[in-house]
Amino acid sequence: MSSTTSDVNVSYLDYKGKHSGLLGWITSVDHKRIAILYLVSMLVFFSVGVTFGFLMRLELIAPGKTIMEPQTYNAIFTLHGLIMIFLFIIPGLPAVFGNFFLPIMVGAPDVAFPRLNLFSWYLFIIGGLLAIASIFMPGGAPDTGWTFYIPYSIRTTTNVIPALFGAVLLGFSSILTGINFVVTVHRLRAKGMTFWKMPLFVWSTYATAWIQVLVTPIIGITLLMVIVERTLGVGMFDPALGGDPVLFQHLFWIYSHPAVYIMIIPAMGVISEVIPVFAQRTIFGYKFVAGSSIAIAFLGSLVWAHHMFTAGMSNTAMIIFSALTFMVSIPSAIKVFNWVATLYKGSIRTEPPLLFALGFIFLFAIGGFTGLIPGALSVNLNIHDTSFIVGHFHYVMFGGTGFGIFAAMHYWWPKMFGRMYNRTAAKTGFWVLFTGFNLLYFPMFIMGWLGMPRRYYDYLPEFHIYHLISTVGSWILITGLTILFTNLIHALRKGEKVTERNYWNGETLEWITPTPPYVFNFDKEPVVEAGPYEYKRNDVLEPALEEEKA
Amino acid sequence: MFNESNYIDSVNNAMTFIVAISTILLVGITITMLYFVYKYNAKRHKKAVNIEGNMTLEVVWTIIPIMLVGGMFWYGYLGYNTLVTPVDNATKIKVIGQMWRWHFEYENGVKADTLYLPAAQPIQFEVSALDVSHSFYIPHFRFKQDALPNRNRILWFQTDEKGTWDIACAEYCGLNHWNMYTKVHVVDKPEFDKWLAKQAAGTK
Repeated sequence: MSSTTSDVNVSYLDYKGKHSGLLGWITSVDHKRIAILYLVSMLVFFSVGVTFGFLMRLELIAPGKTIMEPQTYNAIFTLHGLIMIFLFIIPGLPAVFGNFFLPIMVGAPDVAFPRLNLFSWYLFIIGGLLAIASIFMPGGAPDTGWTFYIPYSIRTTTNVIPALFGAVLLGFSSILTGINFVVTVHRLRAKGMTFWKMPLFVWSTYATAWIQVLVTPIIGITLLMVIVERTLGVGMFDPALGGDPVLFQHLFWIYSHPAVYIMIIPAMGVISEVIPVFAQRTIFGYKFVAGSSIAIAFLGSLVWAHHMFTAGMSNTAMIIFSALTFMVSIPSAIKVFNWVATLYKGSIRTEPPLLFALGFIFLFAIGGFTGLIPGALSVNLNIHDTSFIVGHFHYVMFGGTGFGIFAAMHYWWPKMFGRMYNRTAAKTGFWVLFTGFNLLYFPMFIMGWLGMPRRYYDYLPEFHIYHLISTVGSWILITGLTILFTNLIHALRKGEKVTERNYWNGETLEWITPTPPYVFNFDKEPVVEAGPYEYKRNDVLEPALEEEKA
Repeated sequence: MFNESNYIDSVNNAMTFIVAISTILLVGITITMLYFVYKYNAKRHKKAVNIEGNMTLEVVWTIIPIMLVGGMFWYGYLGYNTLVTPVDNATKIKVIGQMWRWHFEYENGVKADTLYLPAAQPIQFEVSALDVSHSFYIPHFRFKQDALPNRNRILWFQTDEKGTWDIACAEYCGLNHWNMYTKVHVVDKPEFDKWLAKQAAGTK
């Protein structure tokens, strides 16, 4: 027995289990190894998504045909959306960093159901591969947009069914991960880790997990209904068969709007970790930051129909959904104010993770404000389904969640791999990415307001200048991404070795684990006495030390 | 506060109102953030102060945004309301979307593929589709209405401004969605009547 114990007191990266090599990874039930599996697969999918985005922007560099036919363009924006949403943004934080750090941050040796966790990854991979395989099957890649709006998705002859079924599997993967996290938080917290002592990343992942469990089944059932309708001709949504397309839109957005919060809340959690650590002080308004995650999760489930203001509902429904949409901005605003206040009287180190966090606040604020604009009913009727909306959700999803993922990578990389990346390269990469990002997406607001509809293969000459700037921006953005990822990947082999436990002087539990963490995370059982960001021991220790010297 | 005499102005005003408030807040947040990062940089400020929160501030920055977004909601609602409030004696026009063109039908049975409207007259649009979902979008008029195969959506609109503008499809509808453009011509009432009579004669 004692020999087994000593075997697991090694880094999870060096652990020799029943299998070695690749098999040792894809059969491992260690939450950290599963997190790395997700990280690798997510980044592969991300690079495919970026390539599609690059090709779309290239096509739009000038009016008329540039490099592809309309059918190809329609397939590419569909797959870009599907891949980025279901295979990058949704799993990006919960499945990668939630898996790795949620158990550690609550002081647990693993998630509650490790085997289920590995099964979720397999569902994720099969679903993802199925969606991508639909490109190569006879019939051609799906061309419905990621929203699968009916009746078009019933009429098109392209491979909608494999893509739909892929999305259903991805949904199940998401539900199972959600259940795992909820149970882990409730059952496996270390001694002394009360709910109000949980780190904010745990709070946000916990709130997200509940949304995943509660709303994902709706999209699963809805997409299965579309499959049944397509194959058996049962009329539920298609008016030609006696169905109602607006019903589909409701069911689709009842999931897909909360899904936006599945994407953004964990990123808010990362920012709430990074800012206190790099300001070396406690977070301002802990309970408000934690509680606002729950408020967003709740209110965010009640605003779905603001995607459908132009589809037509009763006036009462329009007014209520517009008012609720404005209300959901309040908890997000509270978070932003508390983050900024956390910088007040800190002792701030502008390390790469903090740069990404500040970038997040700025870009997410723009994304939030440009979300208020379509929340107003009359303005919505003008800018709905234009490139304004495309700009808005890229600011939220990429400027928000994407930068949150990059902040998490730069913050936790030394802990996860025991290697440090080059800081100068990371900062350069950040500024290039930030510049390219704004050049790429900001012109979309202007041309959207001026009447550039979205999902357009070609456009009127008056929009040329905005499209041109946007396409040039995409090249700068991709350069930034290349710098960042080259730097991180290079660090895995050549980066400066990190063995110290608390690289950034954080107060949460992952910083008392060995670097990289042991197989069961801790070498001694953690006991929690203080809150997650109480830099009080500095307050207590330092004056005492100074007194000693005196 | 604003002249709400017509729908286009009301949308522009609501937009200006929201953008102005958002810009002030964004600039405020960004400058404060950058100032703190500069002022409390570890080089200048070695020892952080642990401030756990402030109830008054939390209440203030909850209440003020609620009031601001309340105003935004109200302006958006006002403009929208003019589109859905029925008007008597309106010129009735059916707008029908089909992959990938628009059909317009007037009360006297005239059918056209470009839209003619009388200036300074109330107009009632009845929007629907024949096959898949489309969206009837006139950027210059600042509105769109989805055209669905099983719904007739009705809007009331009026403009004094004469001219010619684009009509686009704003709901993705397949291969040539991007090319489902046509024109709207707003002309004087007598000219409109003349056009309508001529079309009616042509149909016979």
